[in-house]
Amino acid sequence: MTADQALIFLAGIVGGALRVGAPFLFVSLGECLTEKSGRINLGLEGVLVLSAMSAFGASYLSGSAWIGVLAAALTGGLLAALHGVLCSMPRVNDVATGIALMLLGTGLAFYLGKPLIQPQAPQLPFIALGNWSDSAAVRSALQVNPLVPIGIALALALWWAFANTRAGLLVRMAGDSANATRALGYSVSGIRIASTAAGGMIAGLGGACLTLFYPGSWNEGVSSGQGLIAVALVIFARWSPLRCVGAALLFGGAGAIGPALQSVGIGWGYHLFNIVPYVLTLLILVITCRPGSVVSGSPGELGSKQ
Amino acid sequence: MRNLLREILLPAAAIVAALLLFGVFVWFAGVNPVQVWLLLFKGAFGDWYSWQNTLQRAAPLMLTALCVAIPMRAGLVIIGGEGALVLGGLASAALAQALPLPANMAGTVLVCIAAAVAGALWIALAGWLRQHRGINETISSLLLAYVAIGLFKHLVEGPLRDPSSLNKPSTHALEEGIRIGGIGGSDVHWGLVLGVVACLAAGLWLRITRSGFSVRIVGGNPRAAQLVGLPASQLILLACALGGAAAGLAGAVEVAAVHTSANASLIAGYGYAGILVAFIARHNPVAIIPVAILFGGFGAAGSLLQRRLGLPDASVQVLQGIAFVLILASEALRDVNWKTLWLRIVRSAQTPSGPSPAQVAMGDKIA
Repeated sequence: MTADQALIFLAGIVGGALRVGAPFLFVSLGECLTEKSGRINLGLEGVLVLSAMSAFGASYLSGSAWIGVLAAALTGGLLAALHGVLCSMPRVNDVATGIALMLLGTGLAFYLGKPLIQPQAPQLPFIALGNWSDSAAVRSALQVNPLVPIGIALALALWWAFANTRAGLLVRMAGDSANATRALGYSVSGIRIASTAAGGMIAGLGGACLTLFYPGSWNEGVSSGQGLIAVALVIFARWSPLRCVGAALLFGGAGAIGPALQSVGIGWGYHLFNIVPYVLTLLILVITCRPGSVVSGSPGELGSKQ
Repeated sequence: MRNLLREILLPAAAIVAALLLFGVFVWFAGVNPVQVWLLLFKGAFGDWYSWQNTLQRAAPLMLTALCVAIPMRAGLVIIGGEGALVLGGLASAALAQALPLPANMAGTVLVCIAAAVAGALWIALAGWLRQHRGINETISSLLLAYVAIGLFKHLVEGPLRDPSSLNKPSTHALEEGIRIGGIGGSDVHWGLVLGVVACLAAGLWLRITRSGFSVRIVGGNPRAAQLVGLPASQLILLACALGGAAAGLAGAVEVAAVHTSANASLIAGYGYAGILVAFIARHNPVAIIPVAILFGGFGAAGSLLQRRLGLPDASVQVLQGIAFVLILASEALRDVNWKTLWLRIVRSAQTPSGPSPAQVAMGDKIA
């Protein structure tokens, strides 16, 4: 590998981390908010795919990518609200409901998105970080998704809100002790439904990243389990929105190895490099989890359930 | 008897409700719902041709549903059956490619065993990670499924590829003698018998054997299992391995009876549809058989909907999703005491003021 190639490869990894990591960032922030309130949403995979489709559709029909982003947030919020309401009914298990919504979300997205596979929709404008370089490859690798700064701001806002606002404290209380919440006269279900819906809206932005920036088109293989990896990422990030940013970028970088190698002409083992994020997730879980004990930082209501 | 009625009535009502909702859904697309319902029935069970298609799809569904149901009885939510299925298919094709197998029944048995072992190891890994590392098995099994699919694609497009498969990378086709044939010359292959036998055997195992009973205790009441000193970890691993073996077998059946070689057609979502089948059957292996046939039928009717009405091929997936959500929501109705509810409605209709909240609460206590 020559110096130029190494630079392109490096730029590919850094740019890829920001590009591939963006959906991870939003979905893990959404899942973090949901889990803080004491509920797991495995259906975020469905939320991600459905909102990716609606983002693309809205952008295509309206001609504005930002309207697409808005549509994605709304769709994500709606589907997640359904999860929240279903889980509040007696005897309904949140893991099973998550799996059901995964099937329903992807099914609806493929059904409604059938006519959207061919056309091109307006894309989000990029932020150029590579203008210092003469190399076109480096420049194109360092075009950054404009939603990434928004996501980082959102992570900071969530982190601040969890510690300092009434709403943030209520969410954490519902997640740590349902009984305490009830004793203070608040509705546990209400708080959890609201958090799940808000988490779905954030995750929906991740869907917008997929179809409106990278890969930038709608097809049935647009998501490959990012929504589920996010659930593991939140465990890795110990339920802290700030650590979610780092975890998402790490995963984005891992996912970018395959395409980055391809960009310098190494095509061998493409599928093998594509499974790196999943293997990495498993390894991280092996390192962070301990049998018979609860991971530190986990909401009390989640720990007691397992 | 009343319990049994309730066990069957609630899921059946949920499926009917799902069909109604699906009708409304396609109505928005400008399609006549009645026509859709008729086509669904016709494409699934209308004639012998449809029945063959239905049963062909039901066979792998039964096996992948077992991959959810058996671990669930031990208390684990495993949703990575798709991974065990593709690895099973890959293992069967790889064994046939690596060794000169006898081109008869013995060869078929050998490739099936290879597939079952591959699937069993894969799902047991998820069980092991849970028991010994404390990792949530739902997440790990699904991550493992993605890993399995990646490995499958790598091997099928690389080292195991038959150079003559140009457009669609595949392994070498299985020899004629090893393939699983149709029953009595029909398109319904012996994999269906395998699926039915596996479901019945799993049902019997859980019901009458010592180890099966122990698995149910571990799943139903872990504390009690601990108190009587059951080897919980071993039983959980056993349940995972059996489930994985069933899903792996589904892969072998698909390769040996349908595709003749391992290729991307194997990744058809049977693993995920199996989750739905198992939940509707309430993780009862015997109940899986009719549910798998029903959903095999919906799958078979999908292509008819696509051809006749121009609906997207994902419409069956939408139906499955709606059915799954409603099945889970119907669980909430399980505790409702219908008799008291009915009496209350009748009474409130008779007295215009209706019962006071205190009376309702009393009624609940008495019921």
